[in-house]
Amino acid sequence: MSREKILEAIKKNKPAPKELPEVIGFASTYTNLTITFAESIRKAGGELITVQDMTSIPARIRQALPGMQRIADLVNESPDTYRHLLNDPASLEVVVLKGRLAVAENGAIWLHESDCVNRVYPFITQHLVLIVEQHTLVGNMHEAYVIMGNMMNSYGVFIAGPSKTADIEQSLVIGAHGARSLLVFLVGPGV
Amino acid sequence: MRVALFVPCYVDQFYPKVAIATLKLLQRLGLEVEFPAGQTCCGQPMANGGFEHYTAGCNSNFIKSFSGYDHIVCPSGSCVLHLKDHLHDEKQEAEADRIRSRVYELCEFLTDIVDLQSLDVSFPHKVALHQGCHGQRGLQLSASSERVVPFFSKPLRLLQMVHGLELAPLDRPDECCGFGGTFCVSEEAVSSAMGLSRIADYQQHEATVLTGTDMSCLMHQEGLIRRKQLPIKVMHIAEILSGS
Amino acid sequence: MTYNHHKDHSAAAAEFLVNKERVQWHDDALWFVRSKRDKAAFALPEWEGLRTQASAIKDHTLSCLDEYLQQFEQNAARNGIHIHWALDAQEHNDIVYSILARHGARKIVKSKSMLTEECHLNDHLEQKGIEVVDTDLGERIVQLNDEPPSHIVLPAIHIKKEEVGAIFHKHLGTEAGASDPQYLTNAAREHLRQKFLTADIAITGVNFAVAETGSIVVCTNEGNADLGVHLAKVHIACMGIEKIIPRTEHLGVFLRLLARSATGQAITTYSSHFQRPAAGSEMHVVIVDNGRTTQLGREAFRNSLKCIRCGACLNTCPVYRRSGGHSYHNAVAGPIGAILAPNLDMKKNADLPFASTLCGSCTDVCPVKIDIHDQLYQWRQVLVQEGYVATGKKAGMKVMAAILSSPGRFSMAGKLARKMLKWFPRLAMNGKLNPWGRQRELPEVPAESFREWYKREHGK
Ligand code: SF4
Repeated sequence: MSREKILEAIKKNKPAPKELPEVIGFASTYTNLTITFAESIRKAGGELITVQDMTSIPARIRQALPGMQRIADLVNESPDTYRHLLNDPASLEVVVLKGRLAVAENGAIWLHESDCVNRVYPFITQHLVLIVEQHTLVGNMHEAYVIMGNMMNSYGVFIAGPSKTADIEQSLVIGAHGARSLLVFLVGPGV
Repeated sequence: MRVALFVPCYVDQFYPKVAIATLKLLQRLGLEVEFPAGQTCCGQPMANGGFEHYTAGCNSNFIKSFSGYDHIVCPSGSCVLHLKDHLHDEKQEAEADRIRSRVYELCEFLTDIVDLQSLDVSFPHKVALHQGCHGQRGLQLSASSERVVPFFSKPLRLLQMVHGLELAPLDRPDECCGFGGTFCVSEEAVSSAMGLSRIADYQQHEATVLTGTDMSCLMHQEGLIRRKQLPIKVMHIAEILSGS
Repeated sequence: MTYNHHKDHSAAAAEFLVNKERVQWHDDALWFVRSKRDKAAFALPEWEGLRTQASAIKDHTLSCLDEYLQQFEQNAARNGIHIHWALDAQEHNDIVYSILARHGARKIVKSKSMLTEECHLNDHLEQKGIEVVDTDLGERIVQLNDEPPSHIVLPAIHIKKEEVGAIFHKHLGTEAGASDPQYLTNAAREHLRQKFLTADIAITGVNFAVAETGSIVVCTNEGNADLGVHLAKVHIACMGIEKIIPRTEHLGVFLRLLARSATGQAITTYSSHFQRPAAGSEMHVVIVDNGRTTQLGREAFRNSLKCIRCGACLNTCPVYRRSGGHSYHNAVAGPIGAILAPNLDMKKNADLPFASTLCGSCTDVCPVKIDIHDQLYQWRQVLVQEGYVATGKKAGMKVMAAILSSPGRFSMAGKLARKMLKWFPRLAMNGKLNPWGRQRELPEVPAESFREWYKREHGK
């Protein structure tokens, strides 16, 4: 069987054991995670709005994405509310989801399977809105994985900005296959 | 301190002035320098072509010629790197080992051993420095642009000691010129294109002189410059530093 | 698309270089990517430390590769993922096909996977009447144009936007003459959305496979891997054995390096972690050897298996930038391709390790510290000794070695060479006999060599 052949060949050919490095990663030194995060979101092609609490978000979404009809706010409402919309995900214009954790250094927002409600929603919607609580910000990826390590058991994704490509002559185009825009609400009393 | 001068084979035959400049520069610094007469070549041309197994003769001849010196100095980063990486001899490995740790590229020697702080020469021209890759990345004569380390450059620091010399900033400060030993003929088209890109960079920044630590890179670029009859003079760094 | 009858690198490069303006454009585009990478790398003071850690993690992993693969297999299986093992490209393709056949699948969407490119999976499936749509925009462009990718991260970097416009006009019905990247990307989006929505099975590559969790990580900017996977009933992920890393925390190191090295982004837009199939769907991982265990056994070359396919060594390579990806006639081009390809086929790829000046920029840029240029040097030695280099060259080298190892012969030959150049410069400058002279002058011949001068000056 190929499995055995491959494992045998590896055993025969692999080098002498080498140790893993004792320390993995580096502590981040960002003094203000909010500012760094905002900057990273902008660089990744997204837009960031800071709010004190969640109440104003629905209105701000309509303001930021005018003319959108097919909006599924899966943070403030139950998916049942949108059954008609969600039955045809390809027609979704705006999906609102909540991130579990976000990384200041690169603007990546972590969504666990349950945060996506359905794995395809953050990708198939024309526009994506993500809500991030300020206290979930971490400095870099090492710090993120320390926290996430125990949260992963099915599917999860880091999302940093809207879908993009530069495959035609290296010119950046926002909106390749996934969301054409990313709007992030950073929620917290001190922001 | 017994210092031996190693002159790369092609410098010996085609650029004696570079070897003379190196010798005079070292002598002016008060060093006693010998030129071991039996020397030939470091073996790099064969080795880089895939024929390292043909270099045993070069290696034993090199060891014979350069045994017993405190320092071996050579005006070519590429040859020095080859020696440091590949000089071996089954019959006299201890001596090969000793030599590998005592062979220096000229700028490296002037910086690390002589600890040169000033030079009494002037050269009032706008100069582009070509960092030969083997010296730069291999011997660490200067920080390469890929690596996130504090900037340093031994040849640059030496050039900055020369009165009146203006350094031309370059768009790509350490891109390869395309010489590459046998590469320059086996991949002639790419090699020439690479060289011409470098030259365009020098011209863009109005350099009138091109210098470097490796005559092989310079020979290739000089060949391109002369064919196009461009107003750039090509000089080895030893020629500038020695005031010749 | 395969390269059955290919020119050697130098001939293909010379052809590529005929259009000077285009080469300049190609060189500039890639240098631009390299510059973005520099900016991103220099923004992290711990960059070199990250490289060191990444390299050490990979070294360790290779030294226990069999154990980690089994650990991965166990954990993945426990999570309901089907694991398959393939010795070579053929078996890989057969496994993929058998999964498709079992599901009666006719329509496949595939996100970027250099492994499936290496195995020529598309050809294999298309011959069986299956539609395979590459969904990465760059890959779709080259697929429609019936050619292989020219770069592992930027598959269509060699194609101009006007040409993309023509390709899309022909295949997707965009307006004739349109060349605006925004417009063309949008047309591809509409076209591929239909493909995503109707696909039976999605195939993806794997960037990292984590042994301790049995999960795989796939990174894209476009979101095409996720759209494909989440809309299809079956997900097949294809990975080489070297994609394994031991632990989740190691992802932190690699994800910080990967996108910065590849495009200068801090991270790719989507980094998706698949640990379990979605409810009601099926997930398969095909683990492929295809020569990798052989490479593992070649001491000088084994650490080429540390590669995370970021493409930085291609972008920085002055030869790659001026010869184009297709001149390497191998799925993976550039410096890393030149050390991977001879392992697959020494005869076919004997030219590649010589397509380099050994400048070492690749080694310095590589996020996992592969000693690429040293391996190119080592491959040259191996290829010569195994007899894959022309006999004429061998004879020449022998003569050269004889001359250069003896001071007497050297002095005489040197004198003769200088005389010859003086007397018959035309002969030496004949471009056919001597490629040196096609675009270059020879050095001016001095009257005497240094050793002659030295003897004269210093008596004896
Ligand atoms: S060899 Fe290094 S630089 Fe090249 S693609 Fe692989 S990881 Fe990137």
